[in-house]
Amino acid sequence: MRVAPNRLVSGEAVSFFDLLQGSAWGLAVLLIGLLLLSLAPPRRICLWLTVVAATVLAVGLGIQAANHATQVVQASTPFARTALGSGLWLVWLLLGLVLADALQALRAGTLARLGVATAVLLPLGLMLVSGGADELSIMKEYANRSDEYWGVIARHCQIVALALLFTLAIGLPLGWATHRYVRVGRAMFPLLNIVQTIPSIALFGLLMAPLAWLAASWPALGRAGISGVGLAPGVLALTLYSLLPVVRGTLAGLAQVPSAVTQAAQGLGFSPAQLFWQAQVPLALPVVLSGVRIASIQAVGLAAVTALIGAGGLGSLMFEGLFSSAQDLVLLGVVPIVALGVLVDGVFKLLIARTRPATPNMESAH
Amino acid sequence: MIEFANVSKTYGHTADAPKALDDVSLRIGSGELVVLIGGSGSGKSTLLKMINRMEQPDTGTVALDGQDMVHMPLRELRLRMGYVIQSVGLFPHWTVARNIGVVPTMLGWKPERIAARVTELLSLFDLDPTTYGPRYPHQLSGGQQQRVGVARALAGDPEVLLMDEPFGALDPLIRTALQDEVKRIHQASGKTIVMVTHDIDEALRLGTQIVLLEQGRIVQVGSPLALLSQPANKQVADFIGRSDVGIKLLSLQSAGSLARVEAPQSTPFLPASASLREAVSTLALHGCQSLNLLDDTGAHAGVLHATDLFNRRHTGSLPLSDDQGQHA
Amino acid sequence: MLKPRYAWLGDKLLWAVLLLAALVFGLPHSEALFASLFPQLERPVYRQEPFTQLLWQHVLLVGASGAAAVLVGTLAGIWVTRPAGRAFRPVLETLVSMGQTLPPVAVLALAVPAVGFGELPALIALALYGLLPVVQGTITGLQAVAAPVLQAANGMGLSPWQRLRQVEGPLAMPVWLSGVRTSVIINIGTAAIASTVGAKTLGSPIIVGLSGFNTAYVLQGAVVVGMLAVVVDMGFERLARRVDWAH
Repeated sequence: MRVAPNRLVSGEAVSFFDLLQGSAWGLAVLLIGLLLLSLAPPRRICLWLTVVAATVLAVGLGIQAANHATQVVQASTPFARTALGSGLWLVWLLLGLVLADALQALRAGTLARLGVATAVLLPLGLMLVSGGADELSIMKEYANRSDEYWGVIARHCQIVALALLFTLAIGLPLGWATHRYVRVGRAMFPLLNIVQTIPSIALFGLLMAPLAWLAASWPALGRAGISGVGLAPGVLALTLYSLLPVVRGTLAGLAQVPSAVTQAAQGLGFSPAQLFWQAQVPLALPVVLSGVRIASIQAVGLAAVTALIGAGGLGSLMFEGLFSSAQDLVLLGVVPIVALGVLVDGVFKLLIARTRPATPNMESAH
Repeated sequence: MIEFANVSKTYGHTADAPKALDDVSLRIGSGELVVLIGGSGSGKSTLLKMINRMEQPDTGTVALDGQDMVHMPLRELRLRMGYVIQSVGLFPHWTVARNIGVVPTMLGWKPERIAARVTELLSLFDLDPTTYGPRYPHQLSGGQQQRVGVARALAGDPEVLLMDEPFGALDPLIRTALQDEVKRIHQASGKTIVMVTHDIDEALRLGTQIVLLEQGRIVQVGSPLALLSQPANKQVADFIGRSDVGIKLLSLQSAGSLARVEAPQSTPFLPASASLREAVSTLALHGCQSLNLLDDTGAHAGVLHATDLFNRRHTGSLPLSDDQGQHA
Repeated sequence: MLKPRYAWLGDKLLWAVLLLAALVFGLPHSEALFASLFPQLERPVYRQEPFTQLLWQHVLLVGASGAAAVLVGTLAGIWVTRPAGRAFRPVLETLVSMGQTLPPVAVLALAVPAVGFGELPALIALALYGLLPVVQGTITGLQAVAAPVLQAANGMGLSPWQRLRQVEGPLAMPVWLSGVRTSVIINIGTAAIASTVGAKTLGSPIIVGLSGFNTAYVLQGAVVVGMLAVVVDMGFERLARRVDWAH
């Protein structure tokens, strides 16, 4: 942890060992216990103990840090800033890794994973909501911007959602066309590949000038929201980027439908529409969704860059922080971006698992 | 000579895991073509893989020429043995010629000698060296790939050739052709060959010795003739296939062995080297009582009479054990 | 079709490289063009640093971070597919898949609180993020080598090192290379954004242009960095054709 007299000075570090008092000793013991567990044989009981210890440790460290921040402020000036050190972020990352690894080894189901996630996030979330962590500098930064913050998050989601909407509207039919007509694919894929190759910031730049020109030439378009900066070039560029994974996923999904199934369906007298909706769509869906998942995760990240062309969203906080050397502001922008990415990833993984046709589970058979 | 002494092996660690091999002792003499046969899970593949130490016995020893293999350097051991597997496993990024040349290269042969060896082996397997040498494995048919696989195993002139279900994935016509080639190579080179198969006809066709395994134990070891005529128990008889034992027996003996020295008759011809099984087929096809036999040069080599085939006095060299009837 | 003598005229990569060079050397002399396109701008061509220098620094940043990522990532990928490191493979794979849900720009932003502004955070962030596709490519490539091929290699007496160098390496090469390609292409884009954390790259004209409402700067930076990415991607395409054993 770092304590600084105000937000501009970088402050001095407070190590975990300086905080070793009272309940903190419990955390230290847990840490040692976790280390010992890592040497234990991978039996189920040991793995579950690892999960419990890592969960308690992750929550405990957060509470401990917040409590210390409160003490510091009470002891010194109200302008004091207490930031979480990079060591704590790193420990959280490692604990996350330990949890993921242990759950993987336990072959834990979705429910167990959700349970563990809740056990970690709920207490920390409650602490944030109840104001227990208000003295941490990142929360002070949040307090400064609390009125606009949720709007910024909503804007970020809006950019991503709009781009995905356009991508699906164009990409799914295009993917179908590449499956149906080989020549469409041969023409489309090199083009989409080049778009993926061009750096995001360059694509935004390249779209700015033509869009600005369009808006200037036809004021009606400008009034409809088309302009060189802002939402339009951001959503347009994101749509272009997302097309490749979606088109590729749709093609792969349709291509992997066994020809035996389509032949059998035709033999049974399915009409082309029945064949499409009742056989091809359900069988292709998991692969199509994996394409959409990649596009969505990518879009959540790229939407941050659209802030540079004035589209807003969490990127605006991040870049404002970077330009003004305000690290807490950077974190305030980045943490929700990462969380959004993880959330989108999780939702799609769940959807993909749900839509996958029932197959004998190789893992549980072992 | 390869010698297994009281070899046991269990996969998995639980106490009730079935034994892959259970106290197996076996001697494989030099120059033999030994076929290990059995159903799935009989341990035949595990036994083969112990010869080049792809598998290690839990207990017991495997010795090569009287020397315990545990003490031999693994690499030298494997370089002394050719190894052929069902899925071929050609290196897809190398040409056919380089694939065949890999063991000679590791043995440090000179490039000219390797090239000569590759040419020789490709010709041996009826593959034109200038056409097939520079090709890549994916440009070959399944049968050609396995020919190259066997050629690669033979390239380093190994003392022992190990074949793990080498022809299991090929269609019957190509399988028969490759079996003939292996038989030819075995007779010409006198190498020790150990082959795993689940195909009893393949075993009877090729083996000088057949080792029948079941659930990790050796049930019977013997020549094809002994296996057919004196099956050790009901399981062996079942495995061989009770209904056509007689036909299988006929396939072990040449038509020439029952020839009568007589003048040619106005009946169909058959090479004297053909099996009695083929003779029966020809007799049935033409609905006749005798066949003229021809030797390799096409000259008359006696007459085969149908009555001799079914006369126990003449087939007495193939004694059917009396207890056969009890199982029937 | 062109005659063999003139075959090089059909080489797209060559033309792309020439176009990139023409852009870098020609932009400083394009005052008239941009002045006519953007008449309202006082200084229509970016002159704070020469484009040649920006290109060089951009390439150096991507090259250095890429080299580190390729070296470490490949070794890590090989290590976890050997018996010695097999136990660490699930952890590494979890780390890689978790890491790839992070946007590259977030990694860049997070490097700043850790090490401060300048070239260093950019270098670290690029190297770290670049690791992920390389590790993934290495593991996937080695994993995809068919089991019978490995069995045959072992059975014939290839030593572990011979097996890796002569069989597994060449067979994994195409997938590994596509991992490296992904890594480098992502990093070319991230390096452009790295000008927001104080590294001088081809992203600088874009950022300066965006904050100063100079669309001409943005366009110039975007064209050059876009062309660089296309050239590098085409180079990888060429390389991929060379290492592809499944002709």
